[in-house]
Amino acid sequence: MFLTISTTGSAESPATDLGFLLHKHPDKAQAFSTSYGTAHVLYPEADAERCTAALLLEVDAVALVRRGKGKGRGGAPDAALAQYVNDRPYAASSLLAVALSGVFSSAMRGVCAARPHLPGQPRPLRVEVPALPARGGPGLVGRLFEPLGWTVTAEPVPLDGEFPQWGDSRYVRLVLEADTLTLAEALRHLYVLLPVLDDAKHYWVASDEVDKLLRAGEGWLPGHPEQQLITSRYLSRRWSLTRQARERLELVRLAEADDSDVEAIDNAVEAETEQEERPTPLAVQRREAILTALRASGAARVLDLGCGQGQLVQQLLKDPSFTEIVGVDVSVRALTIASRRLKLDRMGERQSARVTLFQGSLAYTDKRLKGYDAAVLSEVIEHLDPPRLPALEYAVFGAARPGTVLVTTPNVEYNVRWESLPAGHVRHGDHRFEWTRAEFRAWAGKVAERHGYGVEFVPVGPDDPEVGPPTQMAVFRTGTAKEEKAA
Amino acid sequence: MTTTDTTAGTTAGARALPVTDLSLVVLIGASGSGKSTFARRHFTPTEVISSDFCRGLVADDENDQSASRDAFDVLHYIAGKRLAAGRRTVVDATSVQQDARRQLIDLAKRHDVLPIAIVLDVPEQVCAERNAARTDRADMPRRVIQRHTRELRRSLRHLEREGFRKVHVLRGTEEIERATVVTEKRYNDLTHLTGPFDIIGDVHGCSAELEALLAKLGYADGVHPEGRTAVFVGDLVDRGPDSPAVLRRVMTMVKSGNALCVPGNHENKFGRYLKGRGVQHTHGLAETIAQMDEESDAFRAEVRQFIDGLVSHYVLDGGRLVVCHAGLPEKYHGRTSGRVRSHALYGDTTGETDEFGLPVRYPWAEDYRGRAAVVYGHTPVPEATWLNNTICLDTGAVFGGRLTALRWPERELVDVPAGRVWYEPSRPLRTEAPGGHEGRPLDLADVHGRRVVETRHTGRVSVREENAAAALEVMSRFAMDPRLLPYLPPTMAPTATSHLDGYLEHPVEAFAQYERDGVTRVVCEEKHMGSRAVALVCRDADVAARRFGVAGGGTGSLYTRTGRPFFDDASVTEEILARLRTAVTDAGLWDELAASDGASGAGDWLLLDAELMPWSLKASGLLRSQYAAVGAASGAVFPGALAALESAAARGVDVGDLLDRQRERAQDASAFTDAYRRYCWTTDGLDGVRLAPFQILAAQGRSLAALPHDRQLALIDRMVEHDTTGLLHTTRRLYVDTTDPESVRAGVDWWLEMTGRGGEGMVVKPVDALVRDSAGRLVQPGIKCRGREYLRIIYGPEYTRPENLARLRGRFLNHKRSLAIREYALGLESLDRLAEGEPLWRVHEPVFAVLALESEPVDPRL
Repeated sequence: MFLTISTTGSAESPATDLGFLLHKHPDKAQAFSTSYGTAHVLYPEADAERCTAALLLEVDAVALVRRGKGKGRGGAPDAALAQYVNDRPYAASSLLAVALSGVFSSAMRGVCAARPHLPGQPRPLRVEVPALPARGGPGLVGRLFEPLGWTVTAEPVPLDGEFPQWGDSRYVRLVLEADTLTLAEALRHLYVLLPVLDDAKHYWVASDEVDKLLRAGEGWLPGHPEQQLITSRYLSRRWSLTRQARERLELVRLAEADDSDVEAIDNAVEAETEQEERPTPLAVQRREAILTALRASGAARVLDLGCGQGQLVQQLLKDPSFTEIVGVDVSVRALTIASRRLKLDRMGERQSARVTLFQGSLAYTDKRLKGYDAAVLSEVIEHLDPPRLPALEYAVFGAARPGTVLVTTPNVEYNVRWESLPAGHVRHGDHRFEWTRAEFRAWAGKVAERHGYGVEFVPVGPDDPEVGPPTQMAVFRTGTAKEEKAA
Repeated sequence: MTTTDTTAGTTAGARALPVTDLSLVVLIGASGSGKSTFARRHFTPTEVISSDFCRGLVADDENDQSASRDAFDVLHYIAGKRLAAGRRTVVDATSVQQDARRQLIDLAKRHDVLPIAIVLDVPEQVCAERNAARTDRADMPRRVIQRHTRELRRSLRHLEREGFRKVHVLRGTEEIERATVVTEKRYNDLTHLTGPFDIIGDVHGCSAELEALLAKLGYADGVHPEGRTAVFVGDLVDRGPDSPAVLRRVMTMVKSGNALCVPGNHENKFGRYLKGRGVQHTHGLAETIAQMDEESDAFRAEVRQFIDGLVSHYVLDGGRLVVCHAGLPEKYHGRTSGRVRSHALYGDTTGETDEFGLPVRYPWAEDYRGRAAVVYGHTPVPEATWLNNTICLDTGAVFGGRLTALRWPERELVDVPAGRVWYEPSRPLRTEAPGGHEGRPLDLADVHGRRVVETRHTGRVSVREENAAAALEVMSRFAMDPRLLPYLPPTMAPTATSHLDGYLEHPVEAFAQYERDGVTRVVCEEKHMGSRAVALVCRDADVAARRFGVAGGGTGSLYTRTGRPFFDDASVTEEILARLRTAVTDAGLWDELAASDGASGAGDWLLLDAELMPWSLKASGLLRSQYAAVGAASGAVFPGALAALESAAARGVDVGDLLDRQRERAQDASAFTDAYRRYCWTTDGLDGVRLAPFQILAAQGRSLAALPHDRQLALIDRMVEHDTTGLLHTTRRLYVDTTDPESVRAGVDWWLEMTGRGGEGMVVKPVDALVRDSAGRLVQPGIKCRGREYLRIIYGPEYTRPENLARLRGRFLNHKRSLAIREYALGLESLDRLAEGEPLWRVHEPVFAVLALESEPVDPRL
């Protein structure tokens, strides 16, 4: 990984002052050992008019993988880093930022013993980063650097010239130019924004990371229009749920066995909800609709099948008329988060006796699910491949047979009303299908008939006269079919 | 059949007390009556549980009466565990109080075993003297023994009524001394009979059909020339035209030892009628009564006796076969209780009634997980089919269906059509379970949590809970329907690490390992540059529906190493299956694979292990996010970095060897880019897609995992030859003799040549496929030797640098090898179970276990 910092100068303010500012002699190549490899500083050009310092970090990829042996998976702390096939040796990632702050620490602080007046003076600066990983693309690069006074050129690097259909990589060739910034400011911008753009969670940060961010961001971060994004990305590595997420190594291995991205399999919990809960109004409305239907059914013992992170379980616990609440999910990770959300380990005995969470799967019948008053399948069926739906139908309506079953699923007709949703796209990457109202009714009717339930439909969210509500809910009840027949 | 023998055998000879082999024996006697001595003499030490011992367990004092309640809890718990496991249990406690006995009788009933009482009636004086002689009981008050004796005497009269099925009363010390215990087998235990059997479904008075079926089975006048035994599942009578003739035939065969018969509910009711009990003449009983009125009194008496003597179910053939009328869950096999008999005769119901007013039957067979096959009748079904190792043979002969027999152990069905509709059914014939098999999933208990899978090739393979949890997630969210996922390929270990300059893997080690394992002939198979794919190819949609239970017109499946469908679009899968099917048909493999086993009929399906290319087809996500990304980053960074170094050097800055090193790194990165590009090419629909099958894993009715690889490859070559679409590709191969240096050299050269041109490498396999070493252990079914350039994709662009190779050679293969063998054994197991037509849950069990083991912590680069 590599970057260069250039400046131009004149007789009274020679470009080679860069050497004083960086505290590195322009005529020497110097090497510094860092924890991820050796950092080299050298000057491809150095005269009064132009001076360029190059920072080259030789990353030891093998050591990177083997670091921290004993934690499984070759001992690496992070799935991405555990690969020998890794962009770290080439891309200007946060490893480079760490090297930058180590090698140019006094320059970053704006200290120059030999020429104390230099650090305070802005000078013409040009920074080149040939391979910058930029999650968010060239647009975000501009939004991050331009408010700071840089002129930004960010050209995307194609993934592979032989396969143009693959499009661009996540790297850009970045050139920053400015006349109004000091070198210390430039270095501090890079120190914070390189890892923010990289957005890889790859090294364990100490608890003083917030302080580091505050120090490096002093004077420019508070007023930055993207402050929130910068802060949350920079600190994202500290979220304990992220750490815990990485502990689901069994799934990582299964993804690897199938040459898949881990994210393609371990996606039961959405990345952003790991960090903060952002309840969408629709999710709230959905839970309210479910609670209303459950209360109307008179259910006391309730199954939440596919409980995810336990938001509904949490709501149900607040109503004492639900005496037994069982949250079931196939994702161990979701259950761990749910358990944490509910603070199960600190709950009083009387409350905790009302709630149980366990791993289960609706692709199998499960004796533990028999005999409940009601079951909720909220936003669950659309996560199954259609050929596997009959298994779920039998497991729920045939084998478990709760008195009431609530099923919610998106109404695909409503998708045209979502402004942010491109036409023809589903609402969630893992949705295997999204149904129209007619499709959902046809399915529900068939299920009800086969298993002896009656079914009614309830709109959730604003019921658009043309395309219907965003969420559709079916309320199944046993016995009603027969009564209807008898009537 | 309660027997109380207080007097029988009390003459000079010793009393022989019959005690059933599986029963709860309750010794009854006052303190000091000699129960423990008696128990020691006649039963094994572990059969006997004494209340004194349990008092000691909970209170450190065998005579602490205050601990009695807890002690009896423990006693009942242990006895319950033993009875559940099918072990006779003797309770050594005074049991003189009715309440104490009632709890034990309940326990016996709960476990469906016979409660047997043995009473030791000893004079009070003797008991008192014996207690006085024991230091720990010397201070026992006399009144306690008096009370015991009094309670005992009071109990004697109603022990039978309390529920004991045998009551032996021994009076006086002498009789107790001389008594012996004789172990009796249960009536239903005919495990020593191995048949072969012909099990015949519900006859219902259809005499002509019965005679036709017996003839078709090869019986002449009720006798089979090969000594086969007919077994009738009951419901011989009612509804049909000639119940007396059927009874006469069956009774004669049973009497002469040519048949066994279990009672059906219709015999049971008819038997009660014959005994003069009031029963409703419904469900066809009226017809039987009318027909029997024509018969002699003697015959009627004979029938009554015959029905009276029928045993509710039989356990046959070493425990592998259970025959009863209405089906029986495993916990009732070989048990003896009212509810066992009731289930055997009537089955279980859910308590609901259907739209015809008939009780809804509980689908016990769906829950059945027993190893014994259960063959039964009772519920008319359109066709006899296996479900979880159970089969109902009532194909409605009397309703105009067929009379069906099952040949055992052949498991072949033989049937004859009904002459006509003899009786109108009150509801149409249909499969027992509502909705049929479609959509009926497996049970979580079959896969969840820590498990041990029994395999025939390497014994017990265990699965840890966390691995099962991960497998459950992937199996539930991403995998195929388990019915179309009968196998997952095992992982494969690489060759031992090479120490040759510049190499991490080299074939020399693989050949040497097989030589050490005693394997002389190996085949080197080209490693295709694609993704592993398993294809289940059915001859047509009917076969898929009949054999694999999937409706919807699909003809098989094509899935990845973790059971995910290869293509989202089912029509693409079907197109590939169609091309495979055509190639198999044109090569004449259906008949050949079926016929070589002597099996009847042509082959219906086969299971192929293959490689699907290009790799980019499936792994494009990974290729772009990881491999191409590294290529892009390195391609972007090196020109500038090298230029900077060159300029600095040109300025006279001493850059040392940094420039040379960066140039080498740039070359490595470019070699890496070349390596992954070989795995990518553009496809359009199926244009450009290639499939290279390398093993036929199974074909209808047989696992082909042990078929030598040379014969395998010859079969596959013929398939490829007959494919005109360009989809199928052969696997290049070279046979090597591991003991011949010349041959080994040729193998190495072949590998060098192939990998030198960018090939991925090769897999070395014993030609004989399924091979054990001299110690009887399975040897690795294959060892992969990956090419030097290919390994850049695994170990990184710069792995060939000497300092990197030196570190990378410190890799540990043992876990991977062990995993490969365990997964191989599981794979073989699923193929065997599939081929033998075992129930879905049995096939799914090892398949699920392979997926679970794949999540074990093993170096993913191996």
